[in-house]
Amino acid sequence: MRELTYSEAIREALRQEMLRDDRVFIIGEDVGVYGGAFGVTLGLVEEFGEERVIDTPISELGIAGAITGAALTGMRPVGEIMFMDFITLASEQVVNQAAKIRFMFGGKAAVPFVLRTPAGSGTGAAAQHSQSLENWFVHIPGLKVVMPSTPYDVKGLLIASIHDDNPVIFIEHKLLYRTKGPVPEEPYTIPLSVAEVKREGQDLTIVATSVMVTRALEAAEQLAQEGIEVEVVDPRTLKPLDEETIVRSVMKTGRALIVHEACQTGGYGAELAAVIAGSEAFDYLEAPIRRLAGRDIPIPYNRYLEYHTVPQVENIVAASRELIRRGA
Amino acid sequence: MTLDEAKKREMLRQMYSIRAFEEMAEQLYAMGKIHGTMHLSIGMEASAVGAIAALRPDDLILSTHRGHGHCIAKGADLNRMMAEFIGKETGYCRGRGGSMHIADIEGGNLGANGVVAGGVPIAVGVGLSLKMQKRDQIILCFFGDGAANLGPFHEALNMAAIWSLPVVYVCENNQYAMSFHVRKAFAIERISDRATAYGMPGETVDGNDVLAVYEAVSKGIERARAGQGPSLIENVTYRWRGHSRSDINRYRTKEEIESWQEKCPIKRFRKHLLDEGVLTGEEIDRIKEEAYTAIDAAVEFSEASPDPDLKTIEEGVYA
Repeated sequence: MRELTYSEAIREALRQEMLRDDRVFIIGEDVGVYGGAFGVTLGLVEEFGEERVIDTPISELGIAGAITGAALTGMRPVGEIMFMDFITLASEQVVNQAAKIRFMFGGKAAVPFVLRTPAGSGTGAAAQHSQSLENWFVHIPGLKVVMPSTPYDVKGLLIASIHDDNPVIFIEHKLLYRTKGPVPEEPYTIPLSVAEVKREGQDLTIVATSVMVTRALEAAEQLAQEGIEVEVVDPRTLKPLDEETIVRSVMKTGRALIVHEACQTGGYGAELAAVIAGSEAFDYLEAPIRRLAGRDIPIPYNRYLEYHTVPQVENIVAASRELIRRGA
Repeated sequence: MTLDEAKKREMLRQMYSIRAFEEMAEQLYAMGKIHGTMHLSIGMEASAVGAIAALRPDDLILSTHRGHGHCIAKGADLNRMMAEFIGKETGYCRGRGGSMHIADIEGGNLGANGVVAGGVPIAVGVGLSLKMQKRDQIILCFFGDGAANLGPFHEALNMAAIWSLPVVYVCENNQYAMSFHVRKAFAIERISDRATAYGMPGETVDGNDVLAVYEAVSKGIERARAGQGPSLIENVTYRWRGHSRSDINRYRTKEEIESWQEKCPIKRFRKHLLDEGVLTGEEIDRIKEEAYTAIDAAVEFSEASPDPDLKTIEEGVYA
């Protein structure tokens, strides 16, 4: 199959959706000729014009309000927040308005928008351009939270998110933008709230999100050479979560390692651990559920410090070995 | 734009209807029948009615936490509105929203809002959407003096202006952001002066004069519908009641409140209608009586309505 990068796959999804549906438009800072800070929307303004690829002033809350109001009245906007850190500025509209409108109005309105934003560290962008804030939004009923890890997934999940009638926070990862993988040319959807087993194994389940899926798969390769067969599960949609796929995997392996980049305290790993511990998989556990997450510190600038702030392949390998030993 | 007699009569009816609804709201609260809080707009009826009278029925509004008047002026069904206020399944929002979140999407009321300035950026999106769909409608967005000091106001008015969106921003300056007086909150005399900074026309009017409000908002609507972009209209008015139920008026005097009660917008419009010979005193009394009777009927309807079924508690979180 043809290969695309993660960012090309996003662009193709946007383009195909804009061709299919006049209601779909893009709005954000420098999404036009500049192509977005990471070049994801390059070329789209030339094809669709400034009316459907809308550059905004630096007004994150204004962007969130614009997509909320537009979605409420019949459009299918795709907003972009340049760095996930800046979603803090937009959070009033996302959290108090978009997420609650449907419920608050007795189910009589819908806010079908997608808000795309890149999260994550690894680019030397330091504390205010590197955060992974997914769990803030996971905590808000009414929002869906999607976090794709491959070019194939990002295209199918983005198209599904645009089709979805709810506000979707679509979290990309800066380090994934240049990763390559097979992506079908025709439009396709991957249903939200369906996890995927990215690699099968029977000794240990690693549940990982976003770029940590890539690292978990690399770790699994190494562990396989030692005879440890790791199963890697990617939830893909964090909210609402496909619990069943995760629980089934842990019942099979008896061990669970959860890996994410966001700070550990109050992070998504706590939710995943609680889901596993509270499920029928509990009786199958041969070792404690282990979380491997970002340190509880802001992302430092220095390359060496930054590297050691979030889980790396060697950390996943080490944590996996430890879990295998614990359960032996 | 001139108003015919039927329209003026309807405007008076709406003003009485708002007054009657809110007086009843107060009574119900005092009787312990209301679970939450409420924000009354008694004394501000001309602002809601004058502004919305200038709209076409298919135009849209965004309202505020002090939104009963907007909702009624936009043509809400009083039964469903009262039922929502009391929290019943038959209410506009099936009892999930209450006073602060009444919305009548079909009637073009995109909702009251519990967050000050919450609707101001949403109006940008609605305006953008109307423009992109080439719909010949406009969005009228109410907010208070307090909202004009929030960041969202700045981002939104700028965006509405740079894209020439069909939005009319109506600031209901009722003198106080909770307890904070406009003279302390603004270093400028008129909130509408801020319009210049965004490149849109701004006008301050006597918000207790329903005809002045109508006229100023009409100009904004005409402009918006002609594709010339947004306007900012400031209705200077006063809320007679406290901010919410917790307010015991520590920050203002009885004399101040009374001086504004002298400027009652309903009395003023009533006098105009009598002077102009539009309606007789008896006709006006009948309109008033009918308004109050309709509210009694709405309470009866609401009290006879069921509470939401617990089995439905999680409905409507996701589409």
